[in-house]
Amino acid sequence: MKILNSWLNEFGSFGTDTEKLAAAMTNLGLAVESVTSVGTPVKGVVVAKVIRTERHPDAAKVHRVYVDAGDGVELHVWCGAFNMKPGDLIPLATLGTTMPDGRVITPRGILGIESHGMLCSGIEIGLDADADGILILPSTLKLGADVFEALGVTADTVFDLDVTRNRPDCNGYLGVARDLGAKLGVKVSAPALDKAKKGSARSLKVVISDKEKCSRYNATVMSGVVVTNSPVWIARRLVNSGMRPINNVVDASNLVMLELNQPTHAFDADKIANAFKIRCAREKETLVTLDGQTRELVSTDLLICDGKDMPIGLAGVMGGQSTEISSTTRVVALETAFFESSGVASTANRLGLRSEASLRFERGVDPYGVDDAVSRFAALLRESCPKLVVHAKATDGIEKSLPLKQRVVGLRIAQVNRVLGTKLSAKSVSTLLAKIGFVTKATSTGKIVTLKIGVPSWRPDCQSEIYLVEEVARHYGYENLGKIVPQSTMHGRLSPMQQRRRELREVIVGLGVSEAMPNPFLAPGDLTKSGLSEELAIRLANPLVFEESVLRTSLRPGLLKAISYNLSHRNTNIGLFEIGHVYPARQDQSTGELPDEYEVLCIIAAGVNSEVAMDWWSQLSVTMGFGAQLDQKSVEPGYHSTRSASLRRGKQLLGSVGEIDPLVLARHDINVSVACLELNLTVSLNEIPKVSTAKSVSRFPRSDFDLAFSLPQNEPASSLLKVLRQASGPELVDILLFDIYRAPGVDQDLSATSRSLTFRIQLQAKDRTLTDAEVSTARQRCIDAATKLGAQFRTV
Amino acid sequence: MSDQSVVTAMTQTVELAQNSALTAIAATKDLSAVKTLTADLNKKDSPLNTLKSELGKLTSVDDKRTMGQLLNTASQSVNAALLARSTELESLEISARVAREAMDLSEFATRRRRGHSHIVTQATQRLEDVFIGLGFQIAEGPEVETDFYNFEALNMPKSHPARSEFDTMFLEYGDPGSILLRTHTSPVQIRVMQTWQPPIYAIMPGRVFRRDTPDATHMPVFHQIEGLVIDRGITFAHLAGTIEAFTKAFFGNEFTSRLRPSFFPFTEPSAEFDIRRADGEWIELGGCGMVHPNVLISGGINPEEFSGFAFGFGIDRMAKERHNVEDIREMYTNDLRFLRQF
Repeated sequence: MKILNSWLNEFGSFGTDTEKLAAAMTNLGLAVESVTSVGTPVKGVVVAKVIRTERHPDAAKVHRVYVDAGDGVELHVWCGAFNMKPGDLIPLATLGTTMPDGRVITPRGILGIESHGMLCSGIEIGLDADADGILILPSTLKLGADVFEALGVTADTVFDLDVTRNRPDCNGYLGVARDLGAKLGVKVSAPALDKAKKGSARSLKVVISDKEKCSRYNATVMSGVVVTNSPVWIARRLVNSGMRPINNVVDASNLVMLELNQPTHAFDADKIANAFKIRCAREKETLVTLDGQTRELVSTDLLICDGKDMPIGLAGVMGGQSTEISSTTRVVALETAFFESSGVASTANRLGLRSEASLRFERGVDPYGVDDAVSRFAALLRESCPKLVVHAKATDGIEKSLPLKQRVVGLRIAQVNRVLGTKLSAKSVSTLLAKIGFVTKATSTGKIVTLKIGVPSWRPDCQSEIYLVEEVARHYGYENLGKIVPQSTMHGRLSPMQQRRRELREVIVGLGVSEAMPNPFLAPGDLTKSGLSEELAIRLANPLVFEESVLRTSLRPGLLKAISYNLSHRNTNIGLFEIGHVYPARQDQSTGELPDEYEVLCIIAAGVNSEVAMDWWSQLSVTMGFGAQLDQKSVEPGYHSTRSASLRRGKQLLGSVGEIDPLVLARHDINVSVACLELNLTVSLNEIPKVSTAKSVSRFPRSDFDLAFSLPQNEPASSLLKVLRQASGPELVDILLFDIYRAPGVDQDLSATSRSLTFRIQLQAKDRTLTDAEVSTARQRCIDAATKLGAQFRTV
Repeated sequence: MSDQSVVTAMTQTVELAQNSALTAIAATKDLSAVKTLTADLNKKDSPLNTLKSELGKLTSVDDKRTMGQLLNTASQSVNAALLARSTELESLEISARVAREAMDLSEFATRRRRGHSHIVTQATQRLEDVFIGLGFQIAEGPEVETDFYNFEALNMPKSHPARSEFDTMFLEYGDPGSILLRTHTSPVQIRVMQTWQPPIYAIMPGRVFRRDTPDATHMPVFHQIEGLVIDRGITFAHLAGTIEAFTKAFFGNEFTSRLRPSFFPFTEPSAEFDIRRADGEWIELGGCGMVHPNVLISGGINPEEFSGFAFGFGIDRMAKERHNVEDIREMYTNDLRFLRQF
């Protein structure tokens, strides 16, 4: 909502301290988006008349305009706009004029022919927003006069307010002035109403058939109308409010709307067959609206129809073309109505047709503002139609569904003070509210002091007590409510799971990988491309773009894209991780309303193999206490089937470790191996490892021995390790696999043969030095057990 | 009786032996030479030891004492010289070794890189830490939500016009229009109210979704942090005080804050909160207000017994402004050249 300072001052003596006014509006919740100066006079711009225009054969884009600036001397001006004709009055910036953009007008012309000034568009001299052509001035102006003086334009300030949804009244000057007046102690008065005597009775029939969508419809007939241009001051106000002047009738209607937040619509009374019928549209019924578009309607759209039941307007949204005000209109039928907000909203939404009127009906207008709006319209139209007659006996259809004139809402003083932390008395609360038209109807005293507050009809938002508390707070001043830091009775901390997540991040960052945040939306086919099933992927019902229409069920596709991106930009040491949610559909939707959302960790790096992935896993499992069995027999899809393992605990799948399937890599144009580790954090982080119990370190010497075995490739090293662990006896401290040897050439085909594994076994007793005999017995047990497994003992 | 001539002769011999030993010590070139020499000088037949064994030949007790003392002094000076020489040579050898072992550490300065946390994560953790200091705990909730938690429980029933302002993304899951990507972190408020008992001092950071075309300052997927306090006797002044305490703790003591009236369906009274930099410029930060009684009721809390406030703002913008990121989209390209700066 644009508020002109000069116009605002017609509602009360607010003055011109625009900084103070802007601050007061901000403190009231009327956020001031911008404060701009308009209409600042440009000295040297005068009213001139076009005498004739002339083309020059060598100048295609400009023409020569001869003008008279009042002294009878013919001046020549080059001009690039062609919208003027001889006789038009236009603004001429004379030589030496400094334009608002800093340019100084000089005689410099083209083709060696001088230009004695410049013809101005509205935007060039800040008079309107139209840059399309030269501003054509009203024909009544005196030649040679200063354009700004002649138009009565003075410098003004425009406040652009961002009016919140709960303040429909502030979509009009009166609402803003009322709030501001209360805050600043300025007396506010409504704009001047029409004082002329009513003419002869002239009524139109009004039939409201949908009483929910329309609960009030006033049709007032006004004759003696001469359709013309609005007076300059009216046109100026519309322009500065961001609206286009049309003609005196439409402009008066728009001005009333801006002042009182009450949209009205003027029909040519000769074209409506003497009646209005307000009904819902029939399916596929059509109406040509004012903008020339044919609108196809549905049965929830509310129509204004004429006496022959023909549609002539889309209620609250836009009028119809057939009954539009034209130059021949002599009698006007003015509609001033109250349409239910959600109906207007749904029609405007469906048609994508947002008008100043629909916006106001959607937010809510004052159901009792009709009479003033009709009278104010007449007063404004009378400025250009002195013979205007407002006919008596206007029809005012009022239905029972019309909201009450004054809703009564109870307000407990204790509640005001409880919410705001104030110690306000009933009297001061009542005074604060009275200033903005909230009337205290009664005060019940006793244990609980309650005010019965009559809420004015222009505040549909104040439905219950808490809204009145806000009104008290606004006018008491948020800045006066104090600042107290509450003493939390809680111990501020991370939960154990959150603490573990932070530790995990530290460990991961220590691995040398950086955190990525890929888009959680995938393109259809992205999962397949990564070797994953699309079956459980949920689609967006209204995606922004097709490429982002699937919710991820795995972090891998996003990170693979990121790897591919970094490779293509020739970045080095590419290692990324993400901790984020995945959202697969539930297999069985009866187990919960929401998808099976959980948190996952994925670490991924290019140019390294599964050895690195295993290194990540062992680091994480040691530092975080994550536990899982390595299962190389059932590798998850999308992984390299002989270089990966799933991480399981019993039947539960916790994650995967290894390398990405070469086929997946090829589809992503990745030509190096990619190591990957995935872990379900919703499970793993919530398992808090037990606190370790200290074991005293033995004071006796440790006995180490090394054993080397040749083990077939298809037998995992972990099996041998397990066997050795069991066989080495109770004095075992640790077993290290410290050397793996493959005969040269063997790693061409890893699956073909066996490899040599060397273990160091460390034994130590708590209470004594182990004897050579004990150690050699243990050693033999290890050899025997390994042999039984199929390993072949090799002498070291 | 002292035999002066024998004593004189012996004294000369001792001095000779001592001097020759000291000369030999001074001439040693390395520690092993000192070791060999030490062994030689300690042999029974070394000149000084030979002289010691000859003491018995003296008849006078006085002479024996005099010569004994002389020999002892000589031995001590030789031993001291040996120790000094070996210490000297050892330190020379270590100096030589140190010189030999020189390493240019700058060769290794950039070899192994630690990874980097995303700046949104860093900002989130900084925010969490400030609120933990103010006595808050951290709550989390699902990113896919029901219409109930995202709207209805937050005082936005089905037909509420404010819903259209959220540009919601719906999922093809469950009943049409019933399951969506949360448009704000506020649904977690309801979940916290339903599962925790007051007093509640909680913040709720997380990922949120709006159907917004990406540009330099907007992403359809972004992050918010939400705060919720519910206790007995909580007033608007506590809200303003918390915002002020947060502003100073997070941005610095030179910052102040203000609340100005605004509108949100889930709070009443509602406010926007702005912070003011030391240079006097106000910056809009987020929205807040006293929790609407209807919202408390949705969360199963009696609004006549408890009151509370809530506030929320964007995290991405905090990260963007802290690091002067020009275009917010750059934060989500996952380009390591970008990620490694922070």
